Amino acid sequence: MANTAALEGINGLRDIRRSPASHLAGALEAGSVEGTVVLKEGPFQTMAGVRVDPRSEAGSRIASVVGGLPARCGEVAGTERVSVLWLGPSEFLMVAPEEAHDSLGGDLIGSLVAALGDAPGQVVDLSANRTTFELAGPRARAVLEKGCALDLHPRSFTPGTAVNTEVGNIPVILLKPGEESYRIFPRASFADFLGRWLLDAMREFASPEVP
Amino acid sequence: MLLITCPNCGSRDETEFHYGGQAHVAYPENPNELNDREWAEFLFYRENTKGTFAERWVHSTGCRQWFNMLRDTVTYDIQAVYPMGTPRPAAAVPPAAESGTASTAADSTTTGTAAPDAASSGTASTTAPEGATK
Ligand SMILES: [Zn+2]
Repeated sequence: MANTAALEGINGLRDIRRSPASHLAGALEAGSVEGTVVLKEGPFQTMAGVRVDPRSEAGSRIASVVGGLPARCGEVAGTERVSVLWLGPSEFLMVAPEEAHDSLGGDLIGSLVAALGDAPGQVVDLSANRTTFELAGPRARAVLEKGCALDLHPRSFTPGTAVNTEVGNIPVILLKPGEESYRIFPRASFADFLGRWLLDAMREFASPEVP
Repeated sequence: MLLITCPNCGSRDETEFHYGGQAHVAYPENPNELNDREWAEFLFYRENTKGTFAERWVHSTGCRQWFNMLRDTVTYDIQAVYPMGTPRPAAAVPPAAESGTASTAADSTTTGTAAPDAASSGTASTTAPEGATK
């Protein structure tokens, strides 16, 4: 494929990259019910797994790169540029748009590595580890509740929080950016199963409600 | 389904956890001095308690942290949740305190009272993490 545009970004690798649920794109579109519940894949986010003691000096250096570290389960810190999810007392996941990746002109991973320095801990590029499903609409919560034991009622699961849990028996990170929207991060190898599971859970909302 | 109160994340389904066997099995001070029988007993021999048993659990789908738990092997009643490295609590906590009162080392964040009312009372609870109670 003699495509000059393909030479931009990782020597053309960007254009041949396939996301874990790309083969479901048509099915996700067909299974979405506009105005009720819509599912799509938001592929290729830049993700960095960071382990660092948040009370250490390296912890504060990392915090200043990403705009703060969350202190407890559920909290999401960060800036508009990058979200920092709490995975454990000393484990965090940084999530940023694709452009933030060092190979595409960003500097997220590099600046985190530099901030950690020689201190105990780790910064790992996990951008290919998980994909993102974006589930939104008034019935999005009803879909998730079929396979998630957490209390997803907004009084308990508020916008701007994220938890590590299970959806449809798949370990995922569940982020709630807005009142009626969810981002679900399954590992790549679970994307096919979870995509189809969500489509199945959405199916009833395509038909008129039986009173 | 057991509801287990992780010291970090609050009350979660049992399927998010893995069992780590009997707690408080100390590594021998001088493993070289053990004979085969003593070494085998350290490796493989465990209590088979009928009643209150101290055991290790890890919240593998959540915060991936280990903690200790006192559980009744007959009734499955969880009597206490306490950090790794601390001694077994002397007496079982009364059954009303279904949740752990433990906090893990240093940075532990929550004590995770499991009462659903705490989360539904509207005000953000300082003990139960958002979205973590059920
Ligand atoms: Zn936990």
